[in-house]
Amino acid sequence: MMEVAKVETAKASATKTATMLEAINMALADAMADDDKVLVLGEDVADTESGGVVGVTRGLSARFGDKRVRSTPISEQAIVGAAIGASMTGWKPVAEIMMMNFTTVAMDMIVNHAAKLRFMSGGQTSVPITIRTMTGVGLGSGGQHSDYLEAWFAHTAGMKVVAASNPADAYGLLRSCIEDPDPCLFIENLPSYWTPGAPPKRGERIPLGKARIAREGTDVTVVTYARMVDEALAAAEAVAKEGLSIEIIDLRTISPWDRDTVLASARKTGRVLIVHEAVKKFGVGAEIAADIGHALFGVLKKPVERLGAPFSPSPFSKPLETQFAPDRIRIGAAVAALAK
Amino acid sequence: MQQKSNQPDRDTQIEIYRRMALLKANDERSRKVVASGRLVMPYYSYRGQEAIPAAVTVNLTDDDYLCTIYRGVHDILAKGMPLKELWAESAGRVTGSCKGKGGPMHLTYPAKGVMVTTGIVGSSMPIANGLAWGAQLAGDGRIAVAMFGDGASNIGAFHESLNLASVWKLPVVFVCQNNLYAEHTAFEKGTSARRVADRGSAYNMPAVRVNGNEPLEVFGAAKEAVERARSGGGPTLIEAMTFRFHGHVFGDPDGYMDKAQKQAAMEADPVPRYRAKLVADGFVTAAQLDAMEAGIERELDAAVAFALDSPTPEISEMRRDVYAEEQAE
Repeated sequence: MMEVAKVETAKASATKTATMLEAINMALADAMADDDKVLVLGEDVADTESGGVVGVTRGLSARFGDKRVRSTPISEQAIVGAAIGASMTGWKPVAEIMMMNFTTVAMDMIVNHAAKLRFMSGGQTSVPITIRTMTGVGLGSGGQHSDYLEAWFAHTAGMKVVAASNPADAYGLLRSCIEDPDPCLFIENLPSYWTPGAPPKRGERIPLGKARIAREGTDVTVVTYARMVDEALAAAEAVAKEGLSIEIIDLRTISPWDRDTVLASARKTGRVLIVHEAVKKFGVGAEIAADIGHALFGVLKKPVERLGAPFSPSPFSKPLETQFAPDRIRIGAAVAALAK
Repeated sequence: MQQKSNQPDRDTQIEIYRRMALLKANDERSRKVVASGRLVMPYYSYRGQEAIPAAVTVNLTDDDYLCTIYRGVHDILAKGMPLKELWAESAGRVTGSCKGKGGPMHLTYPAKGVMVTTGIVGSSMPIANGLAWGAQLAGDGRIAVAMFGDGASNIGAFHESLNLASVWKLPVVFVCQNNLYAEHTAFEKGTSARRVADRGSAYNMPAVRVNGNEPLEVFGAAKEAVERARSGGGPTLIEAMTFRFHGHVFGDPDGYMDKAQKQAAMEADPVPRYRAKLVADGFVTAAQLDAMEAGIERELDAAVAFALDSPTPEISEMRRDVYAEEQAE
């Protein structure tokens, strides 16, 4: 046993990678270890229920106990309500709403209550909760298990909306969400849970509202987040062979978004493409495009372009699903067209 | 059936009446001031329902939590929120408890445990569960009370909340003030159960229906529920039968209400009835209650004047309290 453990440890440190799933689990564990007030609740999150349907919370209840890591009935309103109330008494609940589409069942609690209680009480109460939720096309889940609905929440004053593109960011951003004094929605991409990346820096907090320049470039700025960052990076690599230099901004936080970093890059390149997996119409990209267009009218060399999913429910059939979200090919074509 | 031990002592009975008299006077003043046009607010009269919060809240401490609804000013006042902050908030003044940013439907006063007032039917319950969960985790002996109406027993939040509270044995008391009307719709027309209390058994939860216009009956049920919650026995559902003397919202001509039923309910007004009982029982003299009520009227005079004389908030308040950090212009 000892020998096996040693070998595995050596292997892990040699590869020096972590998956998104491991990083999120580590962030939750570290947050709970650092602060007794941090709680985890949601459907199947405790180890007796296998630590979540894909195992994101595995090991937490064994380590921190059933009181702090609590499996709930399938009752999204009750889950978010319990998190809101507990947070008002000094706890820091991390509520898991299994799939982003299930947030619809808890919209009243999230939008009318979590987001607004601080304002409506004139600052007497606050709701420092984190809602973790997973989504994303790629696994053939069809129309009710894979939507990106971030625009709804970004449109709600009082909410913060965060989406990480890689394991290290997921760790640092989730730690910041848990410590934030306001309600945060933390969006996880399900199909890329098992994609390895650079491991998190234990204890690191990545500030909310600050974007990361994922790749520096001079010809076109791509503003994106979540899984689309990897697609944009691959596209940038491909068009680099044709001499195009792409700057990629990973927003990290969708609301409040890092306007300064985006505008500085847009000013530099004069050409901007915004990419997200959510449907393009009325999406986050529309807000950002309008803001850039207004701020840099006369500076931009081309109108701001957007890539997003078609105005359709996320489809099941593989050829349709493959075409639904933007990909490296279409991002490459869009930046090439912008650069002309 | 009330047990002797669940009867309030003399002082508590007088305190229940003081709260009822305060609530009645506040409602009458609210309708008067709104009708005069001096103050514009959405007003949901609770007149007729005073006995319920008065008799429930004397079993609570300031540290216990209350979540109520837009027809909940009586609950909030009974829990101890001061009149001045309440009236200033209702008038949208910066001196209100929420700086005028919540209004009468979102009154909040944590110093007295008034944590949430919601404008959404049913939504007091999921959050009351959370407050109770927080207390259960802290082991601080606090409990939470969720107030709601009969209409709310037909919304999903009620069912999710009662189920979770029962499974987690939360220290929470669900108080349904059944005033026989869900907005404009009569109770039996929209509710499959004969009694809201019947729904408790579906959640393996002790549930009782009481006459909500009889303060002593409400007190007994509330005392038992509060003791159960505090001692780790879990939640209780209380259905308190009452009647709303006025329409759903101020200005509503209430044509949908049964005239004879309404007339009978108003004639059986629980506030003067309880007053007469206290005097007849020799607990207090009519003159003493006259003085108490005159004091309440003076407090109301002062609260209304304070509210109307107070300034409205700066426009920049819309940038504050949206997040912990003030938003840029």
